[in-house]
Amino acid sequence: MKIAVLVKQVPGSESSLPINESNDWIDESSITYVMNPPDNFALEEALIIKEKIGSGEVVVVSMGPSRVQKVIREGLAKGADRGIHIQEDEFIETDPLVISERFTDALKSENFDLILTGLQSDDTGMGQTGILIGEMLGLSTATLVIQTDLSQDKIKVKRELESGWFQWVELPLPASISIQSGLNTPRYPSLKGIMGAKKKEIKIVSTSSLTTGAKVQAIDKIFVPATSKQTEVIEGDLDHVVGRIVDIMKSEVKVI
Amino acid sequence: MNILVVIEHSQGSIHRLSKEAIVGAQSLGNKVTALVIGERSEKTITFLKACDIERVLTVDHELVKSYNADGYASIVSQVIVTLSPNLIIAGHTYQTRDFMPRVSAKLRLPFVPDIVSVSDNKYIKQVLNAKLNAEISSSMNQFILSFQSAAFSEEDLKLGSCDSEVYEPSLDSSVVRSKSEEPFQEEAGDVDLESAEILVSVGRGIEKEENISLAFDLAKAIGAEVSASRPVVDSGWIDSFRQVGSSGSNVAPKLYFSLGISGAIQHVVGMKGAKSILAINKDPDAPIFEIADYAVVGDVLEIVPRLIESLDNS
Repeated sequence: MKIAVLVKQVPGSESSLPINESNDWIDESSITYVMNPPDNFALEEALIIKEKIGSGEVVVVSMGPSRVQKVIREGLAKGADRGIHIQEDEFIETDPLVISERFTDALKSENFDLILTGLQSDDTGMGQTGILIGEMLGLSTATLVIQTDLSQDKIKVKRELESGWFQWVELPLPASISIQSGLNTPRYPSLKGIMGAKKKEIKIVSTSSLTTGAKVQAIDKIFVPATSKQTEVIEGDLDHVVGRIVDIMKSEVKVI
Repeated sequence: MNILVVIEHSQGSIHRLSKEAIVGAQSLGNKVTALVIGERSEKTITFLKACDIERVLTVDHELVKSYNADGYASIVSQVIVTLSPNLIIAGHTYQTRDFMPRVSAKLRLPFVPDIVSVSDNKYIKQVLNAKLNAEISSSMNQFILSFQSAAFSEEDLKLGSCDSEVYEPSLDSSVVRSKSEEPFQEEAGDVDLESAEILVSVGRGIEKEENISLAFDLAKAIGAEVSASRPVVDSGWIDSFRQVGSSGSNVAPKLYFSLGISGAIQHVVGMKGAKSILAINKDPDAPIFEIADYAVVGDVLEIVPRLIESLDNS
């Protein structure tokens, strides 16, 4: 069983997010990066599947500038077997189709049985890379997966629907599956794992060696959202606060 | 401008975000076609035939009686090729996220997801955990958009009348490779959050399971339903069918009374369509206050009992 896990490196939730001079992304130099939290669940699920079978290979794949090797190493330290770094130099691509075509071209000769991705990235949040790659490679696909059950040539997954509904779907392998966050508890790397990761292979593939179609979607500008709402702050002692809430419900929102 | 709106329906009813997608399509183009796939769609088709749109296309095929990504991706792609719409629009639902990327890859059409507003061909999307907004554009004259809940208001729906036509897709069983079982609920509930006028919604600020009853007592006093944010559901303190947010229900009540909810983006997308939002939270920096009409910085466990007492006495 050969499993690829696609991980992205994104700004940490506590990082400052200064807008760059050209106003089209954040200023890379002052950002603290982390592994995209949803991808951490996908990585954990891959490691669990491999441990359950007792054999196979987990390959961590990431695209970006040299800094992303940090998240690949983190995956290797947790137990993945090797890494693939799709090296982007000058320009960080945000078009999901071009991104997916790069992954597809870089991964097609590997013949993975399973490709796992996280729900979406915390930065651009396009939420489609794994499914695009699945379609491009001719794999079966599923999203929002909260449980996996692998057998010989198929995988059964429990999908989360909306409003408290769920669904089981059986997919033939190979498959590309997008994992819903929270389905497992991602492990921390052990000291032994961290030491061992240094010896594991990271293959570097340059984006210039990969074939893609034209870019068709772009982020032109980013900006701080304007708060459109006028918020009334209710202050004062408890009696005043309670009185004002009752008053709002009676005479302003008119629900009681 | 020709627009195709892909409609979602379940348990016989049209999804609220599909209604909002129709409103969005009406505001962006003059020739709107709504596509309805699957069985038990009579009510949805009747609803759409009373909207100010060009027509309703229906697909009722053995292989897509209920939703599956393989079948939907194939049918929607075929309809796009047949009609050549300029825009393909859907609500940003779990179902859209599941099959629309497949359509995007099949036809190499950009899929611009989770749009919160549109002006002058600029599509605004939240990025970096909703801390910043991005303006997105496409160089293609045909692309796919999905709208986040409350990007458009159902109240602006223009009514009219139109006919429905049957679309015959070419679909055989080799296309549908995955086997989907019937959807199920882990806890069955007959609570209809989406049509509730008032919701009392609880978050982590309620602190303990035994405090959940405060929300039910308040709800009883003002004739509300009780809903919750994901952490409270995940803790097992309340049934999952009461969850509001991207994985729960999308609600738009007259009053959303939020008790100790911090306002993570996954929650906010499901409730920001509320007419009024009153939020109580201890943390003055809680993101919920950014979208609240009324903000109370304080302890839910202190304020709510007094509020119930006051309502009981009046």
